[in-house]
Amino acid sequence: MTAEPLIDTDITPRTDGTDERRGRFARLLDSDIMASFLASKLTVLAGFVTFAFLIIALFAPLIAPFNPFDPAQVFLIDARDPPIWMAGSDPRFLLGTDDQGRDMLSALFYGLRVSLLIGGLGVLLSALIGVTLGLIAGYAGGRIDALIMRIADIQLTFPAILIALLVDGVVHALLKSGGREDTAFGVMVLSIGLSFWVQYARTVRGSTLVERNKDYVHAARLIGLRSPQILWRHVLPNVLGPVLVIATINLALAVITEATLSFLGVGLPPTQPSLGTLIRIGNAYLFSGEWWIVAFPGITLAVLVIAVNMLGDWLRDALNPRLR
Amino acid sequence: MSEARTLVEVEGLRRTFDVSRPWLTRMLAREPQRFLKAVDGVSFDIKAGETFAIVGESGSGKSTVARMVVGLLEATAGKVTIDRFEIRAGADSVEARRVRRRIQMIFQDPFASLNPRWRVGDIIAEPIIAFGMPKPAGGRDDAPSPEATRRRVGELLGLVGLDPVDARKYPHQFSGGQRQRIAIARALAAGPDFIACDEPTSALDVSVQAQILNLMRDLQEQLGLTFLFISHNLSVVRHMATRVGVMYLGKLVEIGNAAELFARPRHPYTRMLLDSVPDLSMVGKDRTPVAGEIPSPIDPPKGCAFHPRCKFAVDICRIDVPPLIDGVACHLAQDGRLPDLSS
Ligand SMILES: Nc1ncnc2c1ncn2[C@@H]1O[C@H](COP(=O)(O)OP(=O)(O)OP(=O)(O)O)[C@@H](O)[C@H]1O
Ligand code: SF4
Ligand SMILES: [Mg+2]
Repeated sequence: MTAEPLIDTDITPRTDGTDERRGRFARLLDSDIMASFLASKLTVLAGFVTFAFLIIALFAPLIAPFNPFDPAQVFLIDARDPPIWMAGSDPRFLLGTDDQGRDMLSALFYGLRVSLLIGGLGVLLSALIGVTLGLIAGYAGGRIDALIMRIADIQLTFPAILIALLVDGVVHALLKSGGREDTAFGVMVLSIGLSFWVQYARTVRGSTLVERNKDYVHAARLIGLRSPQILWRHVLPNVLGPVLVIATINLALAVITEATLSFLGVGLPPTQPSLGTLIRIGNAYLFSGEWWIVAFPGITLAVLVIAVNMLGDWLRDALNPRLR
Repeated sequence: MSEARTLVEVEGLRRTFDVSRPWLTRMLAREPQRFLKAVDGVSFDIKAGETFAIVGESGSGKSTVARMVVGLLEATAGKVTIDRFEIRAGADSVEARRVRRRIQMIFQDPFASLNPRWRVGDIIAEPIIAFGMPKPAGGRDDAPSPEATRRRVGELLGLVGLDPVDARKYPHQFSGGQRQRIAIARALAAGPDFIACDEPTSALDVSVQAQILNLMRDLQEQLGLTFLFISHNLSVVRHMATRVGVMYLGKLVEIGNAAELFARPRHPYTRMLLDSVPDLSMVGKDRTPVAGEIPSPIDPPKGCAFHPRCKFAVDICRIDVPPLIDGVACHLAQDGRLPDLSS
């Protein structure tokens, strides 16, 4: 008897092979996954929003009306202009300007870019660390497994902010350079990567424990493949499904973490603002009436996080046949 | 067939598993370590071109023997040789690699033995890429070209009764029987001469079992293969085996030519197994279900492990372990004191 995997990660549509000739895309449109995607209007909306945000982030320099970081385009005289539908607004600035006279809309585009880039790279790094350690722990077993999983337990007791402070401190001690601005980006990615790997490691370890006892792994050992080859070629493709789900959900978490750190001043400097930095800047003007400086980055962050999260939830449900 | 050379030799094979509870729990409960003797002193040899079958109930240690024979599992004691070269789990010398290409295994569950994420063509090509193209002389040659590999994969698919275009599909697009054919094609890819088959048909529908068995026999004849054939199904064994070993609780209790063993079983356990199969019994005889259950190998009965279920058991059976002499491990059979078991 073979144990049914908890999460069915088989995205390949089940066909009888007659439509082998049709394109991958056509088959994807036909599959259960696609059907469940289209069945929920909210998921479609979340997918659309996420996609739009990704496009904006990717092409920010092309579509933003201004480059808010080019001193030649920023004038203090424009500072704190309200959005165009309010009295005293400037038609050039759709969503108003911030305290330095930067166009809010452009700052948002660029902030989204920074936030998603840090979130994405952080998620990538944590997945890389977590998947590697999970594969090794699950496949090697014994002491190596115990060691890695204890490190994971310890890791969980450190909140991301502590890790960020730690990494920040270590990087500065090593580089001895004064400017936080050059290293802030790397420090953020590293902190997020080091904060979120545990979930990947645990999940992948669990799946690896199941996979390593399957006969296809034995068959690979029989022809003399070494453990790294078996892990890379055989086990990894079979444990990646849940990783995709965790990565999607963690992207939202990573963006929030980055925003939190930036809000608290441990993250990105105002010269290179992320959504979190923008919120921190805007926070100071909340009670003096310039609500838009904080509201727009805040709303953007919330919408982004909710959309990505919904997408992740849907992906998890769609890949888990028991919930269908 | 009788003067064929011995290809595989298994000598005093033994395997214990540590089944103790975790150290801390054990210390707190003041429990000793517990070991399970899955295989306990098994010896046999397999002649080139024959099918040596091992039968026995679930848990008797058949799979453990097979896994040690092919080098997937380390033996606690004893050794396995193929053409006099010792097979060791994890050995990695040039010589070990050369031997490894001669050994293959077909597993019970064809849904687990094929990587679900790989295309069938890649699954079958993997041993070719690992070992090179098979040559009559054996030994590794240059890395085969993708074109040659593809051609060979197509050939192999044809050999097992599938279509060469199936190479592009994934395992889930096939039925159980077809998947087992794919597994056979993969096993043959690097040109082995010895294949261990662990219950190769017991996961399949009865209707396709015979097809797969016949395919295996045809291939054996065509390619001169030697099989170690594991099964708990006596009709299947009768269909396939040249010689048979009967296992009970980690030990061989009877070993002999298939025809002879089926016609004149000498061990009471073999008799019991034969009685439990309806279509093997002689005319007019009813099928008797197997009596009792196989005891736990962690704490096997003293003396002859079969004695709690044996209707012939006498005092000595509860004290002394009967050695395997002249193909049977039973005190009474060795003394000629058993009634004729053949009817
Ligand atoms: N890795 C292991 N750890 C502990 N015990 C094991 C292990 N592998 C096998 N065993 C035990 O060894 C004994 C023999 O197992 P084995 O799988 O060889 O039996 P089998 O004859 O193949 O039975 P089946 O017909 O069920 O496949 C069983 O009692 C089993 O529980
Ligand atoms: S040794 Fe005794 S108990 Fe064992 S099979 Fe023979 S007669 Fe039965
Ligand atoms: Mg078995």
